[in-house]
Amino acid sequence: MTNQLRLALFGVGALCVGALLVWGVLDLPAFGHYAGPYGEIIARVVEPQRHMANAVTAVVFDYRGFDTMGEELILFSAASAVALLLREIKEEDTISVVDAVRSDALNGVGVLASVTTFVLALYVVAHGFISPGGGFQGGVVLATAFLIVFLTVEYHAYERLATTRFAEPLESFGAGAYVAIGLVGLGLGFSFLENFLPLGVTGRLRSGGSAAIVNWASALAVAGAFVLIFSEYLEGNMAARYGRGRRL
Amino acid sequence: MVPLQSVALLFVALGALLVVLARDVVRQALLFSLYGFALVVLFLVFQAPDVALSALVVSAVAYPIVLVGALARVAAHRKRRG
Repeated sequence: MTNQLRLALFGVGALCVGALLVWGVLDLPAFGHYAGPYGEIIARVVEPQRHMANAVTAVVFDYRGFDTMGEELILFSAASAVALLLREIKEEDTISVVDAVRSDALNGVGVLASVTTFVLALYVVAHGFISPGGGFQGGVVLATAFLIVFLTVEYHAYERLATTRFAEPLESFGAGAYVAIGLVGLGLGFSFLENFLPLGVTGRLRSGGSAAIVNWASALAVAGAFVLIFSEYLEGNMAARYGRGRRL
Repeated sequence: MVPLQSVALLFVALGALLVVLARDVVRQALLFSLYGFALVVLFLVFQAPDVALSALVVSAVAYPIVLVGALARVAAHRKRRG
């Protein structure tokens, strides 16, 4: 294929995509003028129906809980695939790894930041129905709390804290619990993932009914999945850099 | 609110351009992290704190870490091969 032909082909493609883009943009509603009815409806019914202040979490874990289960399982299979593909390193390969931050100040600040992030993550998960946040966001924040240990303290400290032997069951348990809660609801005569526990008082930590448990389950699954992904990457890199490294 | 929103949009556009124009992959990963942070500010300014929280950890921390990790691995592999 000559360069000229390539350019011509690109020109035709770019023109078509450009025309479609202009057509699409011309039909967009005015800036800030949202046309769909569902946002308005949800904002109005969420408090009386579900006793939750955060409509986003209510949609994610209650009204559209089934969709979120799909997302949860996508993340689960993605993390499993990463572990499957990258796990060619034996644990003894990382024993000789020397990777520590030698600044006391950085160590101290890092430990403090890690602990603070951990508590913040629990807060974000627990208050998912009251303030911005929820299981997914909190779960990822929880995983980064461990990552801070690697970045500011030592690789082996991270490895001991966020061991895959701990992350794997955590991820599986979270993903399994999500589905199990739906099944328990089914067994009690409700629809799959329908709220079957008392809803509680809006704004209280113990509100949200069974969706609150789903929220915690997804937090565990997400945290486990992210820790697993981080650990597999770091383990491979550390073994490649410092270990005896057989197959890399 | 509108001036703040315009500034946030401008930063996101600028960040995206920088990510695309960067030739060095490591630099690109770091720029992506900055771009992710610009997105976080955008979401916050447009009153979507839920999305901002996820974007903060995923696009500013998790994704660049995985990317840099993969690049380091490729570099180590090349070194071994000589």
